[in-house]
Amino acid sequence: MAVGVSEKRVDAFDKVTGRAKYTDDLADKSALIVKIFRSSVAHGLVKSIDTSEAEKIPGVVKIVTCFDVPDRPIPTAGHPWSLDLGHQDIADRLLLNRHVRYYGDDVAAVIAQNEIAATRAVRAIKAEYEEYPFVLDPLEAMKDGAPQLHEKFGNNILAHTSYEDGNYEEAIKEPGLLRFEKWYDTPTVQHCHIENHICYAWEEAGKVNVVSSTQIPHIVRRVVGQALGIEWGKVRIVKPYIGGGFGNKQDALYEPLCAYLSTKVGGRLVKYDMTREETFACTRVRHAIRYHITTHVRPDGTFVAGRLEAFSNQGAYASHGHGIVAKGAGAYRQLYCYRGACKGDAYTIYTNTAASGAMRAYGIPQITFALESHVDDIAKALGMEPVALRRLNMMEVGYVDPFSKNENYFDSFNQCMEKGMAYLDYEKKRKEYANQTGPVRRGVGMAIFWYNTAVWPISLESSSCRMVLNQDGSIQLQLAETEIGQGADTVFAQMASETLSIPFENVHVISSQDTDITPFGTGAYASRQTYMGGFSIKQTALLLKSRLLAYAQNVTRMPVSSLDLVDGHIVNVNSGRALLSLKDLALEAFYNTDRSEHITAESTYQAKSNAYSFGCTFAEVEVDIPLCKVKILNIVNVHDCGMLINPALAEAQVHGGMSMSIGYGMSEQLLYDPKTGRPLNDNLLDYKLSTTMDHPHLEAQFVENYEPTSAYGTKALGEPPATSPAAALRNAILHATGVALDAAPMNPHRLFARFREEGLV
Amino acid sequence: MYDMKALYEAKSVPDAISLLQEHPGARILAGGSDVLVQLREGKLAGLEFVSIFKLDELRGVSLEQDGTMRILPLTSFSHVARDPIVNRCVRVLAEAVDKVGGPQVRNIGTIGGNICNGVTSADSASTLVAYDAVVEVTGPEGVRQLPISEWYVGAGKVALRPAELLTAILIKKESYEGYAGFYIKYAMRNAMDIATLGCSVNVKLSGDKKTVADARVAYGVAGPVPMRAKSAEEAARGKPVSEETVEAAAQAALADVNPRTSWRATKEFRLHLVEELARRALKEAINRAGGEI
Amino acid sequence: MPQMQLVKCTINGKATETTVDVRASLTDMLRNDYRLTSVKKGCEVGECGACNVIIDGECFNSCIYLAVWADGKSIMTLEGLIGPDGELSDIQQAFIDEAAVQCGFCTPGFIMTAWELLESGKEYTRDELRKLLAGHLCRCTGYENIINAVETTMKKRLGKA
Repeated sequence: MAVGVSEKRVDAFDKVTGRAKYTDDLADKSALIVKIFRSSVAHGLVKSIDTSEAEKIPGVVKIVTCFDVPDRPIPTAGHPWSLDLGHQDIADRLLLNRHVRYYGDDVAAVIAQNEIAATRAVRAIKAEYEEYPFVLDPLEAMKDGAPQLHEKFGNNILAHTSYEDGNYEEAIKEPGLLRFEKWYDTPTVQHCHIENHICYAWEEAGKVNVVSSTQIPHIVRRVVGQALGIEWGKVRIVKPYIGGGFGNKQDALYEPLCAYLSTKVGGRLVKYDMTREETFACTRVRHAIRYHITTHVRPDGTFVAGRLEAFSNQGAYASHGHGIVAKGAGAYRQLYCYRGACKGDAYTIYTNTAASGAMRAYGIPQITFALESHVDDIAKALGMEPVALRRLNMMEVGYVDPFSKNENYFDSFNQCMEKGMAYLDYEKKRKEYANQTGPVRRGVGMAIFWYNTAVWPISLESSSCRMVLNQDGSIQLQLAETEIGQGADTVFAQMASETLSIPFENVHVISSQDTDITPFGTGAYASRQTYMGGFSIKQTALLLKSRLLAYAQNVTRMPVSSLDLVDGHIVNVNSGRALLSLKDLALEAFYNTDRSEHITAESTYQAKSNAYSFGCTFAEVEVDIPLCKVKILNIVNVHDCGMLINPALAEAQVHGGMSMSIGYGMSEQLLYDPKTGRPLNDNLLDYKLSTTMDHPHLEAQFVENYEPTSAYGTKALGEPPATSPAAALRNAILHATGVALDAAPMNPHRLFARFREEGLV
Repeated sequence: MYDMKALYEAKSVPDAISLLQEHPGARILAGGSDVLVQLREGKLAGLEFVSIFKLDELRGVSLEQDGTMRILPLTSFSHVARDPIVNRCVRVLAEAVDKVGGPQVRNIGTIGGNICNGVTSADSASTLVAYDAVVEVTGPEGVRQLPISEWYVGAGKVALRPAELLTAILIKKESYEGYAGFYIKYAMRNAMDIATLGCSVNVKLSGDKKTVADARVAYGVAGPVPMRAKSAEEAARGKPVSEETVEAAAQAALADVNPRTSWRATKEFRLHLVEELARRALKEAINRAGGEI
Repeated sequence: MPQMQLVKCTINGKATETTVDVRASLTDMLRNDYRLTSVKKGCEVGECGACNVIIDGECFNSCIYLAVWADGKSIMTLEGLIGPDGELSDIQQAFIDEAAVQCGFCTPGFIMTAWELLESGKEYTRDELRKLLAGHLCRCTGYENIINAVETTMKKRLGKA
C-alpha cells in the first residue's frame, strides 16, 4: 500500500546531487540576454525614449520600446480560461507600457549578446515622462479626485462585491447587544521563492517555444498566444523543475514578453533572468488588505450580526484581481455563525504599487489575521476564554455551503483544537500567564481557519492524466498538475501505485510539463493538486487496469471478471493465485506477434465538488517589552486535511506554511517611499524573511478524517498552514502584554509604537 | 558578471600602492562583500579596481612586544571571531564580528573592509571605537597611525588619502587590559541583518569590584558614524557598581547621540534603544568584570 | 576585448584550468565554464546562500567571489560529494530521509554548509546549528527538516545516534 506511507520524494535524489535541472540550467549558453528598462516614476506617460546611446554599446542586438509593441492588452492571471465573457480575467497591461503605473513598470527591453552589454544599455536609455500624481493607499485611491490608473475603472475600483445573509439592520436591533468594531491591517509581502522568475524563448518548428519557471504551463500557453495574437497551438511552454512559486508563478509573468522578443530577433534564443530586486518589485505581491469589522454580540458571547468591509490593494495591474479579497470575504461569512445576519462588502482598488496576485492561501491569511484578532478582542472584552468563544460561534458540524455544497462533516475544529491545546499545555499557561508584570512577559494565543480545496464552482476544475505501460510493467505517469516543490510528483506516484497495486518505484512520474506533450490541466494552485490529481489518477488507473485485465484475459484465458491486479501481478480472484507478473504481461502486450498492443490510458476528470479544510494554530511567546521584541517559544499547527497521502511530506508542507505565516505576522513587509513610490526594501537583506535563527521548532500535527468527496480521502494542505499562525502570535502577544496589535507585521517598530501608546515603554 | 573597466591584482602592499597611484580612480577590492554588491547595483560600474584579496601578508592577528594587539585588515570576520589572541584580549570584538551577517559573509568579509567603508552600522566599528583602536595606513609617503576617533570623517567617509591602504588595526594594552566588554547588536532578524543600533560597552572595575574605575560606551547607527558616548562614560566613571549608576549612564547617553529617522527606524525608536541597550550592555559588562548588580 | 586571465584551481578534487573574463564571479565560472549547475543564483549579493561552495575548507557565496580569486584554491561543490561509484554522502542521504528537500533550489548551498560543519567533527547544539546554517534562506521548509537532517548526520558521525 503506497498511500499513507512516507515514501521518499521521487525528485529528492536529483535535488541533493545537483542533477535536477531548473530553467537556467537548461538554457543554451548562446542565449541572447534580455534586460528591462523600467520606469523611474510611479505614475506617468512615457513621452519619448532615447535609445541612441544604448544602441551604440557593443553587443546590443536590439532595443524594443513601449512605442513598438502591439496595442493588445494581456490578462495575466493564472486562472482557467472562461467562456463566459463576464468572468474572463481583466486585460489591462501591454507587453511594454507607455502609461506607466508603478515605479519599475516595463518600458523598454534590451536584447544583447551578454549581460554587461544589456545592463549598460539599460543604464544608457533615457526616457522622458509626463509625470502624474500617484497614490499608494487603496482608501486614498478610492476618493474622488485621486489619480486614476485605468480609464475603465472609476475611482480605481476594480471591483466591488457585497452580500447580506439575513437582514443586518434588523438583526442589530436586538436589545442588549454589545458592539465591537475595529480596523485591521495586513501588509504587502512577497513570495520570495529562492529561484527568481526566469524564462527563455526561441522559435522552432513553426512555434514559439518558451521554457519557464512557472506553476501553470498550459495557462501560460494561452496567455502567450493571446499576447502575441497567435493561435494557442503555435505556442509551446516547457516547465522544468522550479525553485518555488507560492503563487507568484501562477501568473504569466515575463513569458509573453520573452516570446515576443524572440520573434523580434528572428526567433533567436532570448533569455530573461530576473534579478531579486525585480522579482520583489516587478512580479506580484500579496494583496495588502484593510478590514473594518463590526460584530454584535450577546453578553453570553453569541454572535448575532457581523459586518465586514474589506479594501484590497490591487497595485497597478489586475492580475488575479478581486478573487483574493472575495475569497476572504467568503471565508469570513462561514467561519463563524451569525444568528441574525452577516453582511460583507469587498473592494479591490488599483494603486501605484506592484501588482498583487496569487500568494499561498489566496486572501485567507489576510482575513484570518483580521478576523481571528477581532475574535480575541471580543473574548478579552467579554472576559471569555478565546477557545470557548470560538466553540460557541464557529461553523457547526453539518453546515453546508449553499454555493459550493461543501459540507462540514466532522467535528474537525474541536479535534484540532484539542490537539493544539494538549501540545502547548495551553489551558494551564493561559491561567499561569494571566496577570504578569515586569519587562519580560509570556503569553499563549490561538487562531482557527477554514480553507477551500481547489476552485470549483468559481472556475473550471479538471485534471487530465496519462499512463503509459512500459515493457517492464512499470508505468509513466503524466499530469499537468505541476511539481513546484510541494511534493506533488511523489504523492501522484503513490496514488497511482495504490490504485494499480504496483510497486511505488514502478511509477515513473514525468516531472516536467511540455504543453505539446502533457495532457491538459491548469497547474499548481488552490491546494488542488492532491484533490484534483487524485481524481484523474484514480480514474485513469482504473481505466489502465481494465485494459491490462482485458489483455490478460487473452493471455490467461480467464474472464476479466475473475482477474485482478494485485502487487504487480495478474491474480485469479477465485483462487487467489498469481497467474503472471505485470512485467510478463507487458512483454506479451508489446511483443506478441499475434496481438501486439501498447497499453495506455488517458482521461480527464472534471470535478464538481470542493472540500473544507480545517485547522488551527496555538502559539506561546515571550515579549521583551523594553526591547520591543517577541520570541516565539512554541508553535503548533493542527490540520484536518483529510487522509495523509505522505505524512512526512504533509508535515514538511506545514512547516513551510507556518514559516511563511510567522514572517507575515512578525517581520515581512515590502515598503514604498511615500515621496516617490519607489520600493525601499526590494532585496533579501532589507526584506526580513525569517532565517534559521528566527524560528522555534515548528510542530505539525494532523487529524485525519476521510474526506467523502475525495478520491483518496484527502483535501487542501498546501496553502492552509500559511493562514493562522500570524493571528495566533498576535493573540499570544495580546495575552502576554494586554496590548492589541491590529496591524501586521508585529515587528519591533510597531511594538515600540504601540507600547509607547500604552505607556509600557 | 561585474561591470569593471579593469581589474588589477596586487602582488604585495607596495604593489597595491603603486597600482593605486597608476590608476587614480581605482577602488580597492578586499573581500568584496560590500564593493561587489555596490558594483552590481551600478554605483561603481565601469570603474577600475585594485584587488588586494590575495595579499595573505595582510591576514592574521598578533601581539606585539608591548602587548599591542595587531589585527591585519584582510582577516575575515570568522577568523577574528575564533582567533585566540582576540578572544583573550578583547573577547567582545570576537563576539561582535560573530554577529555580522551569516557564516559565509563572515568568511569573506574582512575587518578592514568593515571600517574602510565608513558605515555606521558596521558590527566591528563600535567595539573598535570603544577600545580606542589605532588605525595604521600605508601609502606612498610611508606608514602613519591615527586614532580611530579621527578615522571616521563623515557618513561613509574615512581618512584614507589617495593611494593609501589600511594595513593594520591596533589595540593598545592599556586600552584592553583589565577591561571587560559587551556588545549588543539590535537588528530585526537574528542573522543576516544589519544593526538598527549597536552598542559596545566596556568597563574596568576597582580592585574590590565595587566601583566603576573606567567605562567606555560606543554606538553604531546612533549618528552618521560610529561614536563614543562621553556623557554616559562620565556618568559611570568613578561611581559605585549599582543599578543607579547604570541608569544614570544609560540616560546620559541620550545627550551624546544623534540618530535619524529613516525607513529603517524612527529616531524615537533608536533613542529608546540607545538608552535600553546601554543599560543592558553596561550591566553585562560589569558582570563580566566581576561586579555584581 | 574583455580582460581574460588564466585560473588554475582544483574543483571537486580534480586539477583544472580555464581562462576567464576577470569580471566573472565564481558562480559564473562554475556554472558556465564547468557546468556545475548545483551552484544556484538566488540574489547575486550574498544574501540567500544558494550559490554557496567550499573553498579551502570554508564556505563562500560564490556570487560575491571573483572567479580569478579561485586561482590556486581548492573548490568543492555539491557535485563533489558524490562518491566514485555515484554513491551519496551521508548528508545528502539525510536530506532525502528527513524530507528536507522541497523545491530543491536552496538545497545545494545548505548541504555544502552542512558539510563544512560536519567535517569539523564537533558536536553542536541545535541552537548552534541554527547559527551555523543561518547564511541560507529557504522559503519551503521553515528549516525544520533541514536542521533535522544536519543534526541526525552529525550524531551519526559522532556515534551518538
